[in-house]
Amino acid sequence: MEENKEIKRKLVIPGDFLGTGRPGHGTFLEEGKVYAKVIGLADEKNGTHFVIPLSGVYDPKRGDGVIGRIEDIVFSKWIVDINSPYIATLPLNEAVEEFIDFTKTDLTKYFDYGDLIFAEITSVTKTKMVQLSMKSSRCRKLRGGRIVKVTPAKVPRIIGKNGSMVEMIKELTGTQIVVGQNGVVWIKGEKEYLATEAIMLIEQKSHISGLTDQIKQMLEKSVKNKETVKKSIGDDYE
Amino acid sequence: MSRIDGRKFDELREIEAKVGILKNANGSAYFRLGDSIAIAGVFGPRTVHPKHMEKAECAILRTEYRMSPFSTVTRTRPGPGRREREISLVTREALSSVLFLEEFPKTAIDVHIEVLQASASTRCVGINAASLALADAGIPMRDLIASCSAGIVNREIVLDIAGKEDTEGEVDLPIAYYPRQKKVTLLQMDGIATKTEIKEIIKLAIKGALKIYEVQKEALRKKYEEVR
Repeated sequence: MEENKEIKRKLVIPGDFLGTGRPGHGTFLEEGKVYAKVIGLADEKNGTHFVIPLSGVYDPKRGDGVIGRIEDIVFSKWIVDINSPYIATLPLNEAVEEFIDFTKTDLTKYFDYGDLIFAEITSVTKTKMVQLSMKSSRCRKLRGGRIVKVTPAKVPRIIGKNGSMVEMIKELTGTQIVVGQNGVVWIKGEKEYLATEAIMLIEQKSHISGLTDQIKQMLEKSVKNKETVKKSIGDDYE
Repeated sequence: MSRIDGRKFDELREIEAKVGILKNANGSAYFRLGDSIAIAGVFGPRTVHPKHMEKAECAILRTEYRMSPFSTVTRTRPGPGRREREISLVTREALSSVLFLEEFPKTAIDVHIEVLQASASTRCVGINAASLALADAGIPMRDLIASCSAGIVNREIVLDIAGKEDTEGEVDLPIAYYPRQKKVTLLQMDGIATKTEIKEIIKLAIKGALKIYEVQKEALRKKYEEVR
């Protein structure tokens, strides 16, 4: 295929030999040799081999911004589903600035069951206890809109280089989009359906080079077509 | 002299492998060896229910081997019987040796294997499909597991027992093989054979498994190359 020129990274499957050196993420060491342990794209940096996975569930990492749904309230904590095998907890002091006596206050006042939030992971223990925080300025409650779930491994493609892809979709569809590292994308706006379509397309074709241009073309075309549809309907009814 | 279906003694049946055939599973695969067909779906790692089965230090692997009622000549009773339970167990043992289960503590990885059509060696076909489905689900693995059977039919050592050979043959010996480490992760046997014969049979089965291993790798690459 022609795209291979552009892609330097090689597709590897579990058990593929990568070379001698240090094992990085997605690899393991066996008798001095490094092998891939997941399906993905292999790369090397300063003698450390690593594999960027192409599938798999979300494994929480410290510092990731994730979109979660409030599942439960226990004492002074919110239990949050973050689209991962592990649940996350949001303690009261990490969520609300002011002092609250949780024995007297109904915590659903702040976050109710089913509410969507964008939060940051502050810590992940070895036993996979995940703690969230809302203190960062980018964290907030997400009201309305819709949710699209994608493979977490494909989130970087949705964001694009320096956010180019997501910014372009936002601009062309006039929607608000928030992308969580956990593969949950929140979209709100009049043309939600268009942005949703674009994101699904990115997920399908995430390996194609020059994808940003392709998505741009598709969106521009659709935006134009929808407008003409609107116009023609308008003409008929006026 | 040739075999019931006209194959050579060391010839496999036609192999077909496809990866990513089920939309709702995290990983899935289809594997066919002649007339034996199995599909496998992998779910997880996900939270464990019931909670008491959870392990704090590693993920638990749960495998479920089932035969469809229409997979055999006479109807198979649906639901797990003695045989299904046994095969589910040996499949789990065969696969767990290559998985990095410690990377996902407190979770479960569920593997469902459904035999759509049975013509002997279904546990091998099931293991091959399951191994591909696990890799497709992005679960960390040391290697793929390839499985193949061999045995004695009409006093001849043959590879890949099929159809009538299973019921009419003297010995049936399925193995699962971990190619890089050259380890056998499953070995069962039906029938009576001498020590030297068994050694020969195992050697032949490993040869077959290595051929299957190549097909598996190709099928797995194909799915992800296509997306490119």
